[in-house]
Amino acid sequence: MKPAPFVHHAPRSVEEAVSVLEQVGHDGKVLAGGQSLIPILNMRLASPGHLVDINRVAALDQVEVRDADVRVGALVRHAELEHHEGACAALPLLRQALVNVAHPAIRNRGTTVGSIAHADAAGEMPAILALTEGVVEAAGPQGSREISPADFFLGPLETSLAEDELAVAVRFPRFAPGTATAFAESARRHGDYAMAGVAAAVTVRDGVITAARTSFVSVTDVPSVLDLTDVVGGSEPAGADWAAAAEAVRSHVEPEADIHATADYRRMLAGELARRVLRQAAENAVTTKGSSDR
Amino acid sequence: MTTQMFGAPIKRKEDPRLLTGGGRYLDDLGHHALAAAFVRSPHAHARITDIDVNDAVDVEGVVAIYTYEDLPGKVAEPLPLLIPHPTLTHGRTGYALAKDEVNHVGEPVVMVVATDRYAAEDACQRIRVDYEMLPVVVGIENARDGEHLVHEDAPGNIAAHMVQENGDVEAALAKAKHTLTLDLSIERSACMPMEGKGVYARWNDEDGELRIYSSTQTTTGVRAAVAAKLELPLAKVECIAPDVGGGFGVKIMHPWPEEVLVPWAARLLKREVKWAEDRREHFISSAHERGQLQQVTVGFDEEGRVLGLDVRFWHDNGAYTPYGIIVPIITSTQLLGPYKPGAYRCEFWSLYTNTVLVTPYRGAGRPQGVFAMERTMDAIADYLGIDRAEVRSRNFILPEEMPYDHGLLFQDGRPLKYDSGDFPASLDKLKKLVGWDDFEAYRAEAEAEGRKVGLGIGCYVEGTGVGPYEGGHITIETSGRVNVATGLTTQGQGHQTSFAQIVAQELGVRLEDVHVTTGDTRKMPYAVGTFASRAAVMSGNAIALATRNVRAKALRIAADALEVSEDDLEIVDGVVQVKGAPTTSMPLGTVAVLSNPLRYAFDDAAKAATQFAGTFDPDKPPVADDEEPGLEGRDFYSPTQATFANGMHAAIVETDPVTAEIRILRYCVIHDCGTMINPMIVEGQVHGGVAQGVGGALYERMAYDESGQLLNASFMDFLMPYASEVPHIEADHLETPSPLNPLGIKGAGEAGCIPVSAVIASAIEDAEGFPITSMPISPVELWELRQRHEAGEIPALRHHHSAAAMSHHEEPTP
Amino acid sequence: MTDMTTEQLHDVTVHVNGVPRTASVPARRLLSDFLRHDLELTGTHVGCEHGVCGACTVLVDGKPMRSCLMFAVTAQDHRITTVEGLCEAPDARPCATGERMNPAQQAFAECHGLQCGFCTPGFLTTVTAYLEENPTPSQEEAREAISGNLCRCTGYQNIVKSVLRAAEIRTERLEENGGEVPA
Repeated sequence: MKPAPFVHHAPRSVEEAVSVLEQVGHDGKVLAGGQSLIPILNMRLASPGHLVDINRVAALDQVEVRDADVRVGALVRHAELEHHEGACAALPLLRQALVNVAHPAIRNRGTTVGSIAHADAAGEMPAILALTEGVVEAAGPQGSREISPADFFLGPLETSLAEDELAVAVRFPRFAPGTATAFAESARRHGDYAMAGVAAAVTVRDGVITAARTSFVSVTDVPSVLDLTDVVGGSEPAGADWAAAAEAVRSHVEPEADIHATADYRRMLAGELARRVLRQAAENAVTTKGSSDR
Repeated sequence: MTTQMFGAPIKRKEDPRLLTGGGRYLDDLGHHALAAAFVRSPHAHARITDIDVNDAVDVEGVVAIYTYEDLPGKVAEPLPLLIPHPTLTHGRTGYALAKDEVNHVGEPVVMVVATDRYAAEDACQRIRVDYEMLPVVVGIENARDGEHLVHEDAPGNIAAHMVQENGDVEAALAKAKHTLTLDLSIERSACMPMEGKGVYARWNDEDGELRIYSSTQTTTGVRAAVAAKLELPLAKVECIAPDVGGGFGVKIMHPWPEEVLVPWAARLLKREVKWAEDRREHFISSAHERGQLQQVTVGFDEEGRVLGLDVRFWHDNGAYTPYGIIVPIITSTQLLGPYKPGAYRCEFWSLYTNTVLVTPYRGAGRPQGVFAMERTMDAIADYLGIDRAEVRSRNFILPEEMPYDHGLLFQDGRPLKYDSGDFPASLDKLKKLVGWDDFEAYRAEAEAEGRKVGLGIGCYVEGTGVGPYEGGHITIETSGRVNVATGLTTQGQGHQTSFAQIVAQELGVRLEDVHVTTGDTRKMPYAVGTFASRAAVMSGNAIALATRNVRAKALRIAADALEVSEDDLEIVDGVVQVKGAPTTSMPLGTVAVLSNPLRYAFDDAAKAATQFAGTFDPDKPPVADDEEPGLEGRDFYSPTQATFANGMHAAIVETDPVTAEIRILRYCVIHDCGTMINPMIVEGQVHGGVAQGVGGALYERMAYDESGQLLNASFMDFLMPYASEVPHIEADHLETPSPLNPLGIKGAGEAGCIPVSAVIASAIEDAEGFPITSMPISPVELWELRQRHEAGEIPALRHHHSAAAMSHHEEPTP
Repeated sequence: MTDMTTEQLHDVTVHVNGVPRTASVPARRLLSDFLRHDLELTGTHVGCEHGVCGACTVLVDGKPMRSCLMFAVTAQDHRITTVEGLCEAPDARPCATGERMNPAQQAFAECHGLQCGFCTPGFLTTVTAYLEENPTPSQEEAREAISGNLCRCTGYQNIVKSVLRAAEIRTERLEENGGEVPA
């Protein structure tokens, strides 16, 4: 299974990359980690005439841990972020999610920004971007812009990035003090695309839940956040109605069927995983001081 | 001091090479060969109306493009039907390149030869084939209904219809106190070796000779088939298997279209040509196996003894039947397992579907047969409220009843007659290993924690070491090096080590001096192949016999030279010496020199064999009438029947009460393959088999849609287990040697995978409290079964131990 | 679809097993094919070309990656270690047939961690790198570490054993070297 021929561009700067993207238009694809793109090329499911290989672009490989957020450049590999102590201390959800992305060898090459730009409904990192209310930083011929998840994700594998735009970084904001997170997904095999996955962030203040939010993997077309504060807010974590939260999740998600799981099963699974991670996040919020401690 | 070789877990001789990048697999050869690629049918059933290659001809690197029209003579005839059978009345095989019609997605239509694979695929993409769609037959029920036909001249899509019986089953069922009927199903999986198929051909135009390298399980088979197709004398064709990255059965099927076309193109172009299958090709153009629908009716008495067993099953054989009906024949015979049902009848239909071929996959029909029998045993146990192990033991053939003749014919056309085995002892060992009698206590603890666990069991008998024969050829060189050749092949079974162990032991030489070659028709042209767990039995014994021959000759020659009696001699570490007086000795290398009287001494050692060296009897010729020059031994092993290994597995599974995810907590294996040459290698084979069995029970299925498209033709969606999905395997052995061969060996290669689906089904059923009749099973499917069970569509087991389950139903009468 | 002009060739230099190697290849040449066919280092194997089986795993700057999911041009100037280069490790020892084996290779030989050997190079690179990060894995960790590579022959039992044994051998050798990490 060999890819079709393409012209290889290796820009050295963001400006150069954008310029090439502008020239090649719809016949070009960005190559960062390639872990999603290259299988598609090998199977000849797509044959773009041009690949814009950004692996040599300067200064895209930084992880910045800042007061408000963690900023991840376009060339940061999943594994780098996963093992970045500062980033994971600031935002434990990053590692909680990243360890579920495929296998270590894939994570050594695949990029977090790339994964978000790929916008696979079964991707973990888009759900994290949504739950943290993060931002995609894009650069285009007209300049830079910032895109919220709601504006970024248009559909499965579809984003609002223009053909001549390059996602140069994403920012994951820290959670409010007193917030803890948990992530769980269920796949047929270790490392496979999840049948369903849930990320949860629960804030506990003075022993009482003040916020609870979840986002999803594989059971919604685009990453979406479900605010469950109405359902479990005001309760103590030990007495919260997690079952009701699970029911709310089941009503919210819109799973599709494929050969691995039916829609009904995914719906049930999303509810059950939500119940588990919400409870776990709530427990974590009580026992630790939450995600941001500065 | 000779170390005990036979039976020792000796480290493998082939490993250092394989571990340091020194393996030579098919695609590692022929760096300068042209590369072949194929346009394969995207449709499951269609007539070819036009092929337009014009846009492909000018692709840079393209050397040639071939369609059916280009094929001459025998190459244009259908591929051979390897194993005919009287009941295979409507056998069909395909053409090397599709002629008028395609019958499965993946069937080769056009061959492109180019400078490299990238260019070849570019060309393939530019070739346009026009098709006229035909109705597609997918799934056994559709094939059985016969509304649409795969082959116009195979009515009802029936390739074969066969009945085997022993005793009067109707009468037995009528008389039985109880009868049950079970409807069962097993889905398709596939071998999926990590290395796909491949063939590399070199045509020597000056000498008119063809050398074929193929990633095959039978070099003699490929050689003969290709020589016939290319109308070349056998003497002008040789076939070599390089290192092979796994076979598991798919590579015993031959000749694949590519095995014919690549050599043919090499000869035509007078260039080396190579084809290395990629993964997608392997999914859609090699072979699958396992798919069957089964119906079992069993009659039994109060004790659970089977009085009559009436089995009908429908076997999906895919689009063509080049390997005949071996798989369903094996199902129908191996179904009996370690039991002696009073009367037995097995009827099957082998059906065409517009899907990939079905040829043997490790187990080759046994997993399906064992599934049918073991589900039946569990059903009997449940019906009567008797322990499942106890019911089985009441039906066992006992050691004193061996040899036991079932009155049927096995896959080798010979009587299904078990030679040895101690089933009660195997069961006893298994129960101890898994803690059978302690399980209810364990279950109670688990249920108190809100967990659902179950215990399952499965027993099987495996006919191994089928003929017709294998051979061994030993040659001892003047350096003392011992060359061993056998014609069957190797795909990871460690033959270079295990066969060397036999020779080292039998001959009295060091393991490092023994060098084994397998799968090379230049070295041993008489062979059958590696399949049906036969290599150790067949080649092991042949090599042992050949070694005994050469040893006897060595002793004769040495005795003569040393002027002692043969009986006084032994061979230790490659030296022939007088027992108790080792200073009177002669290295085997020197014996080799003497064995070949020479006119010319090509080196110092050879001087001893020339006409003026030493003394000799002038009235005797240098080479006696009944002797040959050289220190060689050759022999063949050809048994009258298969030898029967057996095994029993047990598993403890846990199912998630909410999500129905399934986890194997423990997996226990008791295994009896008679005498073991290398227990480490045997255990490795068992482990690998169990892993494939787990794959087949919980993860692997070929998902065809109704238009015959294979939806999961990649490793992303065809779920082979990683280490995370395979449990720790606890194995123990029993050895009941085979009385049928000199070494007492039975085969071991397939053992691990045979009962796994039955065992897991048994365990899940035990956890859930309702019958499991269809495998593989995924969490989704289990979840849906639970719902149907809650809704009353699926009845509970009659006698389920789980307190939780019992609360849903009336107290069963014990 | 692109027109049929001749593909541009790129001179790609990659440091493989410590040696700079150059070949002239089209951009679409996968790293796996580059290693196997352009450099004739056939120890790295190809099982699927979609990144799932792991047979093609090599070390890129010391980290395991799927060579079937990289282009050679992208690997330009990077350091690649293939199975052929493992035995040149500073702590590789001569084995019975004269080659030198690193702890992972030796462990696989001792523990029967391979049968057909096709998936093995991918496991060896993965395990070699893993032990640098986690020199004393538990049994669960060892199993997790190898759960991204497919093997069809061994059922993984002996591969898990091999990882644990490799950790032992590695530690033994480090101790022999006076506890110094080999350069």
